[in-house]
Amino acid sequence: MTILSAFDIGLVVLILAVGAATIAKRDAFAAVIGYVVYGLLLAIAWVRLSAVDVALTEAAIGGGMTGMLLLGAVARLRLAKGSDARPSFPVRFAAAALSALVAAGLAIAVLSPPEAIPTLAPMVMENLAQSGLGNPVAGVLFVYRALDTLLEKVVLILALVGVWSLAPDSVWGGIPGLRVYAPPSSTLTFLAQLLPPVGIVVAIYMCWIGAKEPGGAFQGGTVLAAMWLLVMIAGLKSVPSISQRWLRLLVVVGPVIFLAIGISGMVLANAFLAYPPGYAKPLIVAVEFALTLSIGVALGLLAAGPPERVQPQ
Amino acid sequence: MKLAFDILTIFSVSAGALFFLAGTVGLIRFPDPLTRLHALTKVDNLGLGLVVLGLLPQATGLFGALKLVAIWLLVQLSGAIVTQLIAGTVRQHGPHG
Repeated sequence: MTILSAFDIGLVVLILAVGAATIAKRDAFAAVIGYVVYGLLLAIAWVRLSAVDVALTEAAIGGGMTGMLLLGAVARLRLAKGSDARPSFPVRFAAAALSALVAAGLAIAVLSPPEAIPTLAPMVMENLAQSGLGNPVAGVLFVYRALDTLLEKVVLILALVGVWSLAPDSVWGGIPGLRVYAPPSSTLTFLAQLLPPVGIVVAIYMCWIGAKEPGGAFQGGTVLAAMWLLVMIAGLKSVPSISQRWLRLLVVVGPVIFLAIGISGMVLANAFLAYPPGYAKPLIVAVEFALTLSIGVALGLLAAGPPERVQPQ
Repeated sequence: MKLAFDILTIFSVSAGALFFLAGTVGLIRFPDPLTRLHALTKVDNLGLGLVVLGLLPQATGLFGALKLVAIWLLVQLSGAIVTQLIAGTVRQHGPHG
């Protein structure tokens, strides 16, 4: 017990130190690396809190995917850096004030939790057997909070549309300019040939096991996206143009199937997003698989960025 | 039998931890990127290998053990590849990028 508490204290100190170092770093690239390390340490903290589902998501999304997006942003900033490398003092002051305000708001919210913490835990544990699921987190996400889960996936599509909207009119519907620095190298090609089969199996496993144990669509989808990005960065597959119909279909197939099952629930089970008795588990697994695919494609395209050139005829 | 497995676990994981410690010292103390990478890869290979070896007797069933070995192999692969890529960049652009 004492060893474990010593480990926990050390972990918290390390997380705080890495967080502070990330803020203090002047170089954007180094700050992003610090942020990724921070995310991975946070994942360990979630494991220590027995929230393995959250830990997987933090490692995949918080550390991996967000890190990838930020690296893309750093690369774009470097290209855009021209005459005015440093913003003026009022701009910097306003940015600092806004950041401090957000941090203070979060601190107030975290430091003053409500008297009675609202929890679905007892209800979920009581009724989990009915849905046929073994993972209470999946139970909450797909039975009690299905609407939140559905909207979360729709938000992802909105974010993607937002990124695409940054493209100038002349290249709309064109090919995203993937901006991660990777010189052509046989080592990277080797990895991009060797890893994706393993990664795809891991992604399907994470999605499948999500009904019983920690895992699920978001974690599996992130692994899929990572494999796709690896293949594109290594240059084994070219980045597709965003006007491709199959691409757009893949992005929406998950939410559409989720929505279709939700609407059919109004007829078959008398409520929106309710599952007919006895069919809950197969329906949830079907939705999870479709969502994994959509999330994978959407995250990959988010990292690829806005379109930058039109498809050569 | 259980005692023998537990002793193997404690011995092997401790040895692995020692490699991690040595690798970290190397990472901090070595003078240039290439030697630092050298220190780092030893940790990936031997340190994690010993930790996984020590945890094998404690794994739940054959699948648990296979997952542990798979993790070791994947870390080996990523370690080797990333080291190659960083070393290649250092060679092309010098130690400061």
